[in-house]
Amino acid sequence: QKNGVSNGSLYKKTFIEHFEQAPMYVAVLTFLGFGVGTIFGYLRDFMRAWGLEKRNIAAEREQQKDFVPLYQDFENFYTRNLYMRIRDNWNRPICSVPGPQFDLMERITDDYNWTFRFTGRTIKNVINMGSYNYLGFAETDVNALKTVTIELQKYGTGICSTRQEMGTLDKHVELENLVAKFLGVEDAMVFGMGFATNSMNIPALVGKGCLILSDELNHTSLVLGARLSGATIRIFKHNNMQSLEKLLRDAIIYGQPRNHRAWRKIIILVEGIYSMEGSIVRLPELVSLKKKYKAYLYLDEAHSIGAVGATGRGVVEYFGMSPDDVDVLMGTFTKSFGAAGGYIAGKKDLVDFLRTHSHSAVYATSMCPPVAEQIIRAMKCLMGLDGTTQGLQRVRQLGKNTRYFRRRLHEMGFIIYGNDDSPVVPLLLYMPGKIGAFARRMLEKNIGVVVVGFPATPITESRARFCVSAAHTREMLDTVLNALDELGDFLHLKYSRYSKSSHPELYEENRLELED
Amino acid sequence: MDLKHVKDYIYWLYYQYLLITCSYVLEPWERSMFHTITVTVLAMVVYTAYVFVPIHVRLALEFFSQIFGGQTESTI
Repeated sequence: QKNGVSNGSLYKKTFIEHFEQAPMYVAVLTFLGFGVGTIFGYLRDFMRAWGLEKRNIAAEREQQKDFVPLYQDFENFYTRNLYMRIRDNWNRPICSVPGPQFDLMERITDDYNWTFRFTGRTIKNVINMGSYNYLGFAETDVNALKTVTIELQKYGTGICSTRQEMGTLDKHVELENLVAKFLGVEDAMVFGMGFATNSMNIPALVGKGCLILSDELNHTSLVLGARLSGATIRIFKHNNMQSLEKLLRDAIIYGQPRNHRAWRKIIILVEGIYSMEGSIVRLPELVSLKKKYKAYLYLDEAHSIGAVGATGRGVVEYFGMSPDDVDVLMGTFTKSFGAAGGYIAGKKDLVDFLRTHSHSAVYATSMCPPVAEQIIRAMKCLMGLDGTTQGLQRVRQLGKNTRYFRRRLHEMGFIIYGNDDSPVVPLLLYMPGKIGAFARRMLEKNIGVVVVGFPATPITESRARFCVSAAHTREMLDTVLNALDELGDFLHLKYSRYSKSSHPELYEENRLELED
Repeated sequence: MDLKHVKDYIYWLYYQYLLITCSYVLEPWERSMFHTITVTVLAMVVYTAYVFVPIHVRLALEFFSQIFGGQTESTI
């Protein structure tokens, strides 16, 4: 099912997204499954309330039973009765670097996931399809980390101060100049934590009397920042430019709710790649809308910086646009650069304003030097400044892996969401029983996946989310795909009505690029 | 060899039933309770169909044939 472009001349290449709907019986069976789970949840809660079963959740002490209740029991109904039963698929501790393969600590439970204990064994070389390691910079190769080791010995690990007091090092200045050069903007500022970059800087940019237009499926950090700012928030449908245009027109025509004055500022919050859907923002249409209605654009490139674009410079380069079109470019270093932290880039006036007015700059500890050096070396590698073409090869390898993985999954008949070029691949599972079964069986086959269920996704659309990495070799991807094929038949997950063939022959593509 | 195929197929059907009704996540005693209830309800449905459906079908056929048969008689 192709999503047709409404304004075809804006897009220089085809924009194909898939959001196929499953057959109706799947939705009915999903609700049936949740119904059975709910009935048994009520039964267990009844038994717990009447003392027929031991209570494992937090409860007040005997002396406090007559006070105002501290723990809202019914709100945790879902957590207590459905999440607890399959909880062993999340929060699994790993004990190696999260590269293309990692080691997992084995843990078992005696009382149905209320408590865990470690057996002491580790499961080695589990293929990692869940880490956001898009370019493969999470590595322990000694040659690659040479400069990081030197900086660690020179600066140590602690900063013990905020940016405005004594926490600005020459490393930060070097990093900020490099980020600005990488993105093609005037200036940039880096922060120690990606989540805090969003939630602490949006309140500095907007306030009461401003309007925030935010996408339906924005990340919690954007939502938190928008709510903290005190501005009015309006939601438009996911990636839907007609809905956004309607909201913009209404905002400009009617103004603020009670006194009908003009809004002080209208800002649009979007992400480059949405991590639960795998869809890419429609940037050309968005920029033309913003110019027409004179609004500001805040683009959160957490998942797309380094992962899309011909040289890894994000969605702005992917669509062939200039970075001057976007007012605030934000991104994180956690995903593609193998470090931690976030940045905000744009015009020099904007960044100078943030240096004085951002909560993060005044109160949060700045980024520690070895982490800054890791980002510097990753970015220099990407830009080609270290003298090799390794960076470009990684970006190309990621693109190849993404296209291959998505194409094979489509051919097998799974329902996959998202754009054909995004390295985040959500595979739809739908039924709650299959969430636990899928994750456990994949771990038995030595593949680690992330499954997501109800509160993070709509209730009928639970999914398994794969993150393709440039460090995955073709053999690893083939192992994963064969395991998925088998598991798809065994669990009956191939709901797609548009698959080309059920068992396509594997053909060897001519590999023209040099292997890393 | 064929017996193994049949046994695997029956196990696969049972597994699909567990996944669809979400009884895969239940503890063993809950699962036995759920199976008992399901089997009981299914048995009652089958028994009711066995007792009542033939009689209802026969009466319905008689009713409809009486209408059409009666019509042709009256027009002649």
